[in-house]
Amino acid sequence: MGGTSPCASCKLLRRRCAKDCIFAPYFPSDDPQKFAIVHKVFGASNVSKMLQELPVHQRADAVNSLVYEANARMRDPVYGCVGAISYLQNQVSELQMQLAVAQAEILCIQMQQEPVIPAPAAIDEPEDKSFLLHPQYFNFASSSSSNVIPDYSLNRESVFGHDMVS
Amino acid sequence: MNTRCAACKYLRRRCPSDCIFSPYFPPHDPQRFASIHRIYGASNVARMLQQLPVNQRAATVDCLYYEAQCRVQDPVCGCVGVISLLYQEIHNAETKLAKTKAQIALFVDSNSAREDFEVESDLNVLLHEEGNEFAHLGPSNQVSFGFT
Repeated sequence: MGGTSPCASCKLLRRRCAKDCIFAPYFPSDDPQKFAIVHKVFGASNVSKMLQELPVHQRADAVNSLVYEANARMRDPVYGCVGAISYLQNQVSELQMQLAVAQAEILCIQMQQEPVIPAPAAIDEPEDKSFLLHPQYFNFASSSSSNVIPDYSLNRESVFGHDMVS
Repeated sequence: MNTRCAACKYLRRRCPSDCIFSPYFPPHDPQRFASIHRIYGASNVARMLQQLPVNQRAATVDCLYYEAQCRVQDPVCGCVGVISLLYQEIHNAETKLAKTKAQIALFVDSNSAREDFEVESDLNVLLHEEGNEFAHLGPSNQVSFGFT
């Protein structure tokens, strides 16, 4: 009777893969690169400690994020994930600026389209100018502009639902 | 007597004059090395720094510290959680921008349609008036205004 194949971690670490190996569920033997890169950046004992501190149902997500960070660090040994964060923050700023400009444009258009109060017939009317003090001459319609600062709520379920930056 | 850097203090060892950590882990900020050590480990950090030119090491340590702090605060997602939120913000902003631009296009279209209509109305009035002027003439004598 043959034993089960050791997981990628135990293969790399050259040790016996115990039945309750903490790495086995997340580092299958058919993907050795996954553990190799995490081990290179974080170290096996640190990864083991991090996983042990988490409930079981959160460990898969934790491993995925560690793999992502390790890959980012390998691609960019200086900035790692921070490089991606910086790039994305710039994109957000740029989009918010474009949105503010577009919203200002809408406001201008709306103000231009305000119904023009027709000027009363001037010549034959009596000299009474009290109509100029009528409130409707000073009534600028307020248009509600959407908030340019997006609000978001932390949603762990969506963490791995997007394509990661490469 | 030289003061040990925060790393060597944490590791309880002598701080040599060529300590690779000392430029980036001053003794007055022990938390900085503690965070990084907790996530990456001292030997991994030392190896990473050794593989980089000296002028890039300070930026590297700053980034490692940031990522370590993210991981400490969010042990599941780390700084990947930040990236995910940023993607969400980008998506929201792009959607809002597209909607706003569509609104602008609608305004512009309705304005130009209204102007066209007003111009056409004016022309029709003009044609009608001038047509009346020549109404006594037969159809063959009427001037063609060239409008189809």
